[in-house]
Amino acid sequence: MSAKFAVTTLVLAGAMSTALATLAAAAPLTKAEGDAAIAAKKEKCFGVALKGQNDCAAGPGTTCQGTSTTDFQGNAWKFVQGGTCTSIELPGGKKGSLKPV
Amino acid sequence: MPPEPDLGFAAAFAPALLDPVRLAPEIVTGPNGKAPGKRYDVYRNNVTVSLIDALAAIYPAVQRITGIDFFRAMARFHVRQTPPISPLLFDYGRDFPAFIAQYEHAQMMPWLADVARIERAWLDAYHAADAVPVSPAQLAAVAPERLGDLVLIPHPAAGIVRSQFAAVTIFAANRDTSPVGRIDAASPEDALVTRAEFDVVVRHLPPGGAAVASSLMSGRPLGEAAARALDAAADFDLASNITGLIEAGAFTSIAFGDV
Repeated sequence: MSAKFAVTTLVLAGAMSTALATLAAAAPLTKAEGDAAIAAKKEKCFGVALKGQNDCAAGPGTTCQGTSTTDFQGNAWKFVQGGTCTSIELPGGKKGSLKPV
Repeated sequence: MPPEPDLGFAAAFAPALLDPVRLAPEIVTGPNGKAPGKRYDVYRNNVTVSLIDALAAIYPAVQRITGIDFFRAMARFHVRQTPPISPLLFDYGRDFPAFIAQYEHAQMMPWLADVARIERAWLDAYHAADAVPVSPAQLAAVAPERLGDLVLIPHPAAGIVRSQFAAVTIFAANRDTSPVGRIDAASPEDALVTRAEFDVVVRHLPPGGAAVASSLMSGRPLGEAAARALDAAADFDLASNITGLIEAGAFTSIAFGDV
């Protein structure tokens, strides 16, 4: 290790022993607890953001995905405000917008 | 080895499938010698729709954010310019986040591509090889003077997605059907995606955490990764980062020195 990346054994050993002690004491959050923490915007560092999924999570081409193939064809379509993007804000009051810019 | 399949027919049949302007290939004829256009369009529709559906299945949060109509239109543009290269549908759409990043009508949602990257990492973690994470006991057995040279071998399912936006919060809020409240997109969030056992878990990394995690996952020794992190921010909490990474199951085993 070069001198540039010097960090003492004491620092590493201290951090590792703290980490191991924390791990021994930690009880994992349940899905409900994780969701509640996120909802309350009190998500801790390394907080569980998302664990539960429906039972059809394996993605397309797997047995639980349907094979329906009906859709409109063509290139003509309208921009429709159908999603949640307007809830998501950027500074300056800008919101996500699906209107053509 | 099975014989090589004859791809001559497919090579003639397929190229116009994703290009609605092209005529049906000459090898195709309609019933009673009629023009094959309408019949060929059935194949066109099936191919296009199945690939759009594949993207919708891989990127459900993106679809919820944009709404279905917007999503399917955006996906159609991507499908037409990026046909699959693997027969595995769940492998399709790796280039979709990059497409979203430059898609003109998504420019007002600069966080959207990062949300897609987390969704892709989620599915990759789901399909990654199973492996048992390194245990605290294995780490406890390392002599203190060897910690600087400790190398942690990354778990096959572990991945990191960094974002200048609140991509983890936006992802989490949109992966299910519960109402989405106001989200401030401006705070940068990095994600750690792991699957220690059966469930993929996406965690929000603390500031500086992504750098140290990336460094460790690329095989840099703990001493170097820790020193870089402490150089970047003197108040970097090394202990809680080690705790978080081990708890998440980001690593499978340990080694020493440069590997």
